[in-house]
Amino acid sequence: MLKVRVIPVLFLMNGLIVRSETFSDFKVIGNPYSELERYSEWMADELVYVDITREGGHDLRRNDLKVSDQGDDVIAILRQISRHAFMPLTFGGRVATLDQVDEIIRNGADKVLINSAAHRTPALVTQVAEKYGAQAMVAGIDVRRIDGRPVVHIDQGRVPVDDDVVGYARQLEALGAGEILVNSIDRDGTAAGYDLDLIGAVAAAVGVPVVACGGVGTFGQMAKGVTEAGASALAAGNIFHFTENSYKRAKKTLREKGVPVRYPYAG
Amino acid sequence: MITILAYGVGNLQSVVNALEHIGVAAELATSPEQVRRADKLLLPGVGAFRVGMDHFTAAGFRESLDEAVLVRKVPLLGICLGMQMLADAGTEFGVTAGLGYIPGRVEKIPLDDPALRLPHMGWNDLQLTGACPLLDGLEQEQDLSAYFVHSFHFVAATADDVKAVVDHGGMVTAVIARDNVFGTQFHPEKSQAVGLRILSNFARL
Repeated sequence: MLKVRVIPVLFLMNGLIVRSETFSDFKVIGNPYSELERYSEWMADELVYVDITREGGHDLRRNDLKVSDQGDDVIAILRQISRHAFMPLTFGGRVATLDQVDEIIRNGADKVLINSAAHRTPALVTQVAEKYGAQAMVAGIDVRRIDGRPVVHIDQGRVPVDDDVVGYARQLEALGAGEILVNSIDRDGTAAGYDLDLIGAVAAAVGVPVVACGGVGTFGQMAKGVTEAGASALAAGNIFHFTENSYKRAKKTLREKGVPVRYPYAG
Repeated sequence: MITILAYGVGNLQSVVNALEHIGVAAELATSPEQVRRADKLLLPGVGAFRVGMDHFTAAGFRESLDEAVLVRKVPLLGICLGMQMLADAGTEFGVTAGLGYIPGRVEKIPLDDPALRLPHMGWNDLQLTGACPLLDGLEQEQDLSAYFVHSFHFVAATADDVKAVVDHGGMVTAVIARDNVFGTQFHPEKSQAVGLRILSNFARL
């Protein structure tokens, strides 16, 4: 049967891999090439890279980012990564034009993740789906709760644009998105677990696969993304960066909790 | 040397990367002449059947491919849409003629269960149903799943041509083979160890 996908999300800032918390605090973790080696050894189902470099340079809230040598330009990173990644790669972050999408796909990504631009210029979603197929068009929805109500935000969580998350998800599906990645900004980096109500509402409303993201701290929490919210894929960032052998352990726990996952490991 | 047909559809670089990784030489064919000289062929493809066939026809490969496959019996591997194009016809956006190398039609995956979605996207377990050199040694892998992305599948006219299936609301064709013509619905270049082994097996034919 079709397995639930477990997807590490890697954030790139100025060419380096960073961890993030509530989209505002960033800490450098490493370089994209060594990170890829880990995920390839771990036989990750799929990888998502998001370039969160901000316009006009990096956010200096953390000392770690005052590094003198920046990483490579993201397209060069993508090209290099795709030479050694034999699993599907999704690439996103500040994608706003079809030309950019062309370049991303040409340089090795299988799917492109579009977030703010999907809201500003919805026709782009359709253009991408028509040119590359709906499966290549992953629409990202970042959600922050305001007075407890979920509100779609764009521009890396800074601008609220829509308080009907479910309606927006349906629109994206109608436009041609083949997959929807729902990310809880409030939960990002907090290890409080997925926002199950949010993810559940979107998964119940659309027919395309929904990828849960934002907040995973334990593998048990990950399982709920499927068992309680109906997600088709489970994404996580930080949990895979800081724990030894975490990807295999995640799969093991998920299996124990009855979530059907790929398990290409001995023992 | 594997000659990959570049007809304007599909992410060829991934296939090239995978072949490079396993030490197999590959070239992108942009002219029928290269197909005429080829001793092993690969037909990639992503997206809709009609679009794929239109691009393929426009690229001018038909005659040289027919000659290579049907007369010289050069091994051909079709991947994803490339496998579907091996059929007699596809049914997405109306009926479109395929290459007709393996009898069958490409039809939408029938789903009754509301819990199952299309496209069929993700890793699914291969169930081997027939002997095929492409599948040699797979029993040694820890896990037999491969990465699929599709909403239509190859309904073979001859059951024996189907060498592996997966379950998505019923049996979905995963691998087909007939004489020198092979097809994988999944992307071997995106299916890690399982996929790389299949590509190796094809390279060694």
